[in-house]
Amino acid sequence: MDDLLRDFVAETAENIDIVDRELVRFEQEPNNQSIVAQIFRLVHTIKGTCGFLGLPRLEALTHAAESAIDHFRDGAPVTKDVVSLILSTIDRIKHIMAELDRSTQEPEGTDSDLIGALESVSVELIAQGVKNTSKAALATDITTGELTYQVLERALRPGEVSLDELERVFRATEAETEKKSKLEISKPQQLEAPVSTEARVSTEASMQMNAPASQIRQHSIRVPIERLEHLMTMVSELVLTRNQLLEIARRDNDSRFKVPLQRLSQVTAELQDSVMQTRMQPIGTAWALLPRLVRDLSQELNKNIELHTVGAETGIDRQLLEMIKDPMLHMIRNAADHGIETSDERIRAGKPASGKIKIEAAQKGGYITLTISDDGRGINLDRVKEKAIEIGLATKAEVQAMNDQQVAKFIFHAGFSTANSLSNISGRGVGMDVVRSNIEQIGGSIDITTKHGQGTQVEINIPLTLAIAAALIVECAGQRFAVPQMTVLELVRAGSSNEAKIEHLNQAPVLRLRQRLLPLLQLKEVLGLQSEADAKSADWSKVFIVVCQVGQIRFGMVVDSVLQTEEIVVKPVSAPIADLSCYSGMTILGDGSVTMILEPNGLLQYLGSHIEAHNDNATEDHLAVGHSANRTTFLVFRAGNLTPKAIPLSLITRLEDIDLSKIEISGGQHVVQYRGQLMSLKPAGENFVLRQNGTQPVIVFTDEQTVVGLMVDQIIDIIEDELSISTGSLTPGILGSAIIRERSTEIIDVAYHVPHFQKKSAKAANSKRHILLIERNDMFRSMLVPVLQAAGYTVSSAGQLREAEQLLATNSYDVVVANVEVEAPASIALVVPQSLQVIGIANRTSASLLEAAGNAGFHDVVGIFDREGLIASLLACDNLQEEAA
Amino acid sequence: MSVAANSSNSSAANASDNQLITVVIDQQLFGLPIQQIRDVFVVNDMTRVPLASDSVLGLYNLRGHVLTILSMRAILNLEQAAASNNQIAVGIEWQGQSLGLLVDSVGEVMTLPRSNREPNPANLDPRWASLSAGVFRLDDCLLVELNLNHLLSTTNKKAA
Repeated sequence: MDDLLRDFVAETAENIDIVDRELVRFEQEPNNQSIVAQIFRLVHTIKGTCGFLGLPRLEALTHAAESAIDHFRDGAPVTKDVVSLILSTIDRIKHIMAELDRSTQEPEGTDSDLIGALESVSVELIAQGVKNTSKAALATDITTGELTYQVLERALRPGEVSLDELERVFRATEAETEKKSKLEISKPQQLEAPVSTEARVSTEASMQMNAPASQIRQHSIRVPIERLEHLMTMVSELVLTRNQLLEIARRDNDSRFKVPLQRLSQVTAELQDSVMQTRMQPIGTAWALLPRLVRDLSQELNKNIELHTVGAETGIDRQLLEMIKDPMLHMIRNAADHGIETSDERIRAGKPASGKIKIEAAQKGGYITLTISDDGRGINLDRVKEKAIEIGLATKAEVQAMNDQQVAKFIFHAGFSTANSLSNISGRGVGMDVVRSNIEQIGGSIDITTKHGQGTQVEINIPLTLAIAAALIVECAGQRFAVPQMTVLELVRAGSSNEAKIEHLNQAPVLRLRQRLLPLLQLKEVLGLQSEADAKSADWSKVFIVVCQVGQIRFGMVVDSVLQTEEIVVKPVSAPIADLSCYSGMTILGDGSVTMILEPNGLLQYLGSHIEAHNDNATEDHLAVGHSANRTTFLVFRAGNLTPKAIPLSLITRLEDIDLSKIEISGGQHVVQYRGQLMSLKPAGENFVLRQNGTQPVIVFTDEQTVVGLMVDQIIDIIEDELSISTGSLTPGILGSAIIRERSTEIIDVAYHVPHFQKKSAKAANSKRHILLIERNDMFRSMLVPVLQAAGYTVSSAGQLREAEQLLATNSYDVVVANVEVEAPASIALVVPQSLQVIGIANRTSASLLEAAGNAGFHDVVGIFDREGLIASLLACDNLQEEAA
Repeated sequence: MSVAANSSNSSAANASDNQLITVVIDQQLFGLPIQQIRDVFVVNDMTRVPLASDSVLGLYNLRGHVLTILSMRAILNLEQAAASNNQIAVGIEWQGQSLGLLVDSVGEVMTLPRSNREPNPANLDPRWASLSAGVFRLDDCLLVELNLNHLLSTTNKKAA
């Protein structure tokens, strides 16, 4: 409100200036229509704005003045008295404005004297207009002592006595007794000073009124934006020149320059600050439209929506303000349209009938955080997942492994914008990619969190200003680069000590940093500045790591050295370079050299998208790691007791929430109709109690025709961790305990709970073939044995090659299935007799592995979780042997 | 390069005349329309731009203006010269961008009547043909007038 008021005061002061100039002429030619019109316009504008700003005194005064002046616009002759009256009205307006400017409050006191006089003028004019229609032509300057006896210049046209004027008459009549006394007050003033120029300055009061009015003019001027922009560029150049001078001074120790240079530096900094201030606008100016927008939306959508704003006074660069306006409106519209439910729905959901949209701005360090939240229904993440899979943004497995925030981020993808099916069911689909790109364009980031049934919150971080940014200057391969300081979290010097040791995970460099793994990006390598020799003899012990955060993603950038921080002026790059996503611009450094500004967001793509997903976890206090052979992704859940339980995700077909009313009991067990067939439901642990109402989370396993569901209490998370069963288990259905994410977790024996895994019709069961399974990993062994048994094989298993050797010596086997990742194919081939077919299994098959297996004479290599592939391969082996026989 | 033969024409630069700055790139004489040239300068220390296309040699700070230096040799599909200091570039302003075209050497300004310009010979390399506005026959050599708009728009596209 304050800013509106300030604008209003400034604008009115300007208008009064113009009118002031005309006022002198007004006295000389009181019937000059253009002057009257100008005064009328001024008064009218003030009146309109006053009502809006809640300034009753000014409003009443201007209303009366407007009514009176209106008559003269219509052609009523203007008398000297009236001129004085209008002049004193304008003086009074000035006085009130001055007070407003000083204290943002209307001054105490009333204007009933002036209002009364003005009203009586109106009344007289109307009265005379009615009486003297015939005398209209005689109109000239007719003035007598007492009151204003006036003759109209022409007759009122039939329509001219409008309702409005009648109303004024009524009002004037009601106040008649009062009116007379008021007129007494205003009269002496006019009598004392019949010449109105004097009237304006004759009384002390009006002298005082004049003085502050001129002050208003002085402390607010309007400057074209281009001029400010130009000023800004000049200051930017000045900053650069100062930096250059400082650099020179730093090199030569010439003390003569030091003092003046220091002064120059200080002045420049101050100048820069104040010029920046001229560009700052309260973010609230962009919010002025919002109440109306929300009101319109709530009517249109037939919902009750309240808008709350916090932090409207937060200053933001003008240019940025323009750029976030549209995304902001878009998000409000989305929140109202898709987020907030109808009143009925809300009441049913136990929420207050009217929905709330809250928009909040705050300055945090070098940037502004803008939060737009609603308490609506939230985003239906399942829909988002489906959609993401449908349009190919992610695979089913990837989506399953994601947390809510990651899933929610899908709505920022381009393809989601046109998704009608999504927007009318769960919402938030339209144009969010545009919102994101707008925000990212100005160096900001956007994040979304949503809770089903509780609402959605969008957080936008934008830099304070575009033109000048603090940057960290780093060196890499002898070349300097600027990194925007906004994205830099910290600097780490890598060393041989344990705290900052660079390690490699499958050639991917990572840094252990306070219980977290930070993926590293070798800037040299990414920018192609690394020579062959460098790559081989990479010395990781003396590098610096710039830890950057882009949105939710955190990564380390490996550079040779960190030089200094500098205020840089971001300049756009020319077209031949503009397409490189790893730069956001360029700048001239203090020593005059040109430097590219790195764009961490763009560099991220060189990290690879899979790291992105993992790193998202890192911010949630999980360990972030790349894939490695020994890692398995688990679904962790609770069932029966509080101990977390886990199942390898690869065994799970899907997760379902099944409505309890749909669960029936048949043949002594729980069943549910699921996708056209009957799914039997089993408890996932002892003491499991079926929920009383709502839905029951179920883990679904499918095996060709059979579908089995495992009922659990609660799905906790999807975790990737090293797999090692540390203790065996006596409880049937549990393979043993393992430590997953530092919690002891029971690994569920799927084969036990899902007997169909075993009973599966075995096509190859005609002759019971004997398989030797060589697998060191307990978990995989326990997993594979039932699979193979189910396929109709007799299975023996060995953990070690030596063990296998003994078994092979004492028993006869038809096929050997061996993990080729743990033991090299060549060493397996040494142990296994040549006559036996060997099928290799591997968590991850690679070209080199396949080649090694081929060289060792293996029949095939299949993925550990590829059960069908394994069976098929076994069948092929059988056929081969039959043929041979 | 000899300009003696053309000196008779250079008396008055009328509308039909073409004022060209001559530059040498890989022993071939080229002409650049003088209206489009802002300055000729020596490039000392360029800032390389990793990952940029071959034709982008780097960025150069010319009196507070940053110019993107493009290699004419790369644009014309010629062999790259060994990088050295004190290379000469021609500064141009094109579509609001400040660019510098790195050449081997810069000669003088010639005024050549447009009527003397001949169309590209049919057997000219298509890449060159697309960049050439026409060919002038000088006494001892041929001069190719470059079409800067064409040259820069294709370079930008290539970079993209």
